[in-house]
Amino acid sequence: MKLQKLSFISRRKAISLIAGTSIAINLPSISQAAENKALKRINEITNNKGAKELDIFFDVPEIAENGNQVKVNFEIESPMEKDDFIKNVYLLADGNPSPDVAKISFSPEMGSCAATTRMRLSKTQNVYLLAENSKNEFFMTNSKVKVTIGGCGG
Amino acid sequence: MSKVKPRGKVPKKASIDEIIEIKTIIRHPMHSGRMKDKDGKLIPKNIIKSFKAEFEGKEIFKMELEASISSNPYISFPYKAKKSGTFNFEWADDQGNKYNMKRKMKVA
Repeated sequence: MKLQKLSFISRRKAISLIAGTSIAINLPSISQAAENKALKRINEITNNKGAKELDIFFDVPEIAENGNQVKVNFEIESPMEKDDFIKNVYLLADGNPSPDVAKISFSPEMGSCAATTRMRLSKTQNVYLLAENSKNEFFMTNSKVKVTIGGCGG
Repeated sequence: MSKVKPRGKVPKKASIDEIIEIKTIIRHPMHSGRMKDKDGKLIPKNIIKSFKAEFEGKEIFKMELEASISSNPYISFPYKAKKSGTFNFEWADDQGNKYNMKRKMKVA
């Protein structure tokens, strides 16, 4: 009886070990992503404080047929009052020659925090949105955009 | 080169506390400095680098544009209508040119 119980525990341990190694295998891909230009720029902007991942309404097409005109639309929930509003929003793209796309500054008079613009994308890449509120806290989200060039597929 | 021409759309009338949408577009080539002309020479960089919106002299919205923004930059943003007044939009490009546009809005 005692032996059986022991073997049960060791099997559970074995499973947790397997799960642990699979997480370890996934880790290098995260550290590789940290080397990309846009994330580097985000570190510069936030003074290495980093940004919290937040679910922001960030509307970019999944597939852009024309990389010259890619519509970007976002909306961030915020009370937009004098002591609590979104101050700046940075748009960044990691595959463009320069990661900076735009810096948008808001004011509490606007009543809501949203904007739409169009950007260029040189190839399939991630587009990042970094938001800074009036308390100097940073939030970010990202979205992958596939860019089709000449209809050949990305 | 086509003439730089700003255009904008602001509702003429709005009710108090209504969130209106302001749409602006400016015809501008936004040369990123990486494209070449017919003779293979690089076209010098010339982009709209900043956009600013003011209401009755107070700045409400600002955007710093980089070369990654499309030609003929389109910008739209919301604004909470409180009183009647005039919007002033201003674009500035790399060559030091400034383009202005005014739009009136009535709040009832």
